[in-house]
Amino acid sequence: MSTVDWKNYEPVLIPNIKDLHKIDVYRKNGGYEGWKAVLTDNEKWSDPKSVVNEVKSANIRGRGGAGFNAGLKWSFMPPADGGPRYLACNGDESEPGTFKDRKIFEYNPHIFIEGALIAAYAMEVTSIYVYIRGEYKAYIDMMEKAIQDAYDAGLIGKNIFGTDYSVEFYVHSGAGAYICGEETSMLESLEGKRGYPRVKPPFPAQKGLWGRPTTINNIETLSHVTSVINKGADWFKSVGAENHPGPLLYGISGHVNRPGVYELPSGMPILELINEVAGGMRNGKKLKAVIPGGSSTPVVRADQLDGVTMDSDSLREVGTMLGTAGMVVMDEDTDMVDMLWRITHFYHHESCGQCTPCRDGTGWLEKVMLKIKNGEGEIKDLDLLLDITTMMEGRTICALADAAAWPVRHTITRFRDEFEARCKKSVHAVA
Amino acid sequence: MKYEFTQDDLNEIETIKAKYPDVKAATLPALWVAQNRFGHVDGDVQKLVASTLDLPEAHVHGVANFYTQYYKEEKGKFVLDVCTCLSCQLCGGYEILEHAEKKLGIKKGETTDDGMFTLNEVECLGACGYAPMLQVTNDKYVNNLTPEKIDKLIDDLKSGKTPAYEQIEMPLRKVK
Repeated sequence: MSTVDWKNYEPVLIPNIKDLHKIDVYRKNGGYEGWKAVLTDNEKWSDPKSVVNEVKSANIRGRGGAGFNAGLKWSFMPPADGGPRYLACNGDESEPGTFKDRKIFEYNPHIFIEGALIAAYAMEVTSIYVYIRGEYKAYIDMMEKAIQDAYDAGLIGKNIFGTDYSVEFYVHSGAGAYICGEETSMLESLEGKRGYPRVKPPFPAQKGLWGRPTTINNIETLSHVTSVINKGADWFKSVGAENHPGPLLYGISGHVNRPGVYELPSGMPILELINEVAGGMRNGKKLKAVIPGGSSTPVVRADQLDGVTMDSDSLREVGTMLGTAGMVVMDEDTDMVDMLWRITHFYHHESCGQCTPCRDGTGWLEKVMLKIKNGEGEIKDLDLLLDITTMMEGRTICALADAAAWPVRHTITRFRDEFEARCKKSVHAVA
Repeated sequence: MKYEFTQDDLNEIETIKAKYPDVKAATLPALWVAQNRFGHVDGDVQKLVASTLDLPEAHVHGVANFYTQYYKEEKGKFVLDVCTCLSCQLCGGYEILEHAEKKLGIKKGETTDDGMFTLNEVECLGACGYAPMLQVTNDKYVNNLTPEKIDKLIDDLKSGKTPAYEQIEMPLRKVK
């Protein structure tokens, strides 16, 4: 059933090279050659546009969850006018279940720095900010050091490689707010404000940081840029699923024997990921359900998973999404009511409070779910929950309300028997 | 003023300001400098940050209150943030939280009488593969928790031994 030759795949983002986080080791392994070529090899890379075109044709679909072609996103930047332009790198994971970008910070920070520099040149950016969630204190320190090392090596700063291109690179620490992973919320947070998402349009490419053209990319996405420049767009497209190509960091957590982050081609069969890569189910239990890409992506029942692969097309067929490829695996003992209540609690806690459907909706979802969890619910509460989700979806500035609504809608629909069993028996006929 | 920055802090804040075209952007990092210095950012510290950056107090107050990692009041010497979100819940995060409550003799959200420990339940910390886990005072992660590991951590902290950074080996792909 698998067409993905993952057993012979050699990792490129987090390869098994000792001390790769050190700049000299990274450079010995060909690091920053792509960056040098982009700036100095005028035959291959005639101008910034040539870099954008290569990345666009590689079809790196954004690894932060939205899956938008990164090169295409870059091409939305207006022509340079001599004023400041920004690249904001989104290291604010995680949506519950997502813990992949930290592996790049820890094991291969320079592949990200190099990719961000290449992206900056391609978009004629003057300053790069990498926004890292405040809880990742250890990785913030590692990134500060890695960036300083790259400055010291003359890879960042003024007139890099003797060219007229200059760029600055800064780390910005978050301080605890899931919403700041939403790209315009992140811009607000970078500007020193509460992380309230912005109304779009204007899009960040037109008016981003401090009203200037800005592009936001995920850490893994930018790291792939380095590989695309070194190995070519055709190589990237040859790895994994056709419509969602390239290597992918799969974060596998939950009831498996070997949870962790694995770099493999996109389009991995879910059951092979669980049974072979992650060592199978813990304690010999049976698989019950999988959340494929972070808590907002709809849960899938085990009996739906045969032949399903981790790419957007295949996942759409079973009514879910790839998201961040942060896969949460649940065994037969999992209480779906408790699980869903915890997700509703999360979104209620993290709603920024700007939009009424989200601020109130997430609260109601949690309240009703708590009632059901405590055995106080009635069957009609399940329909009330579904009603609330329709009042939330698509009615807010950002997608947090949708992210809160989807798991409720789909967990109830796909495990309705369990939810009904938890509700009080109704003496009335249920309409 | 009850609180004052040291000259080093002020120098650090100047370095921070230079990273951004607008002083307002220094709000989050300056709050971090303040919290590292005073252990919290209560109302008085927020005023100090506002006057240092020459920003409205209401702005700094609004920002400090939006983000969970800023302590708006004094906390215990060690703050244990136990994650119970999704993957941690599935892997026993609530049992760990309950065990810590018993061990410390407090409920989540409370601080021990001797001021040593504050215990919190927190949202996803991005360590889902190493669940259940907790974070000590906005710093080190302690992963793959068991009741024994919690006991040891608390005893170590009491005797002044803070946890080291836990490097997690990349899982080897055991290919057939």
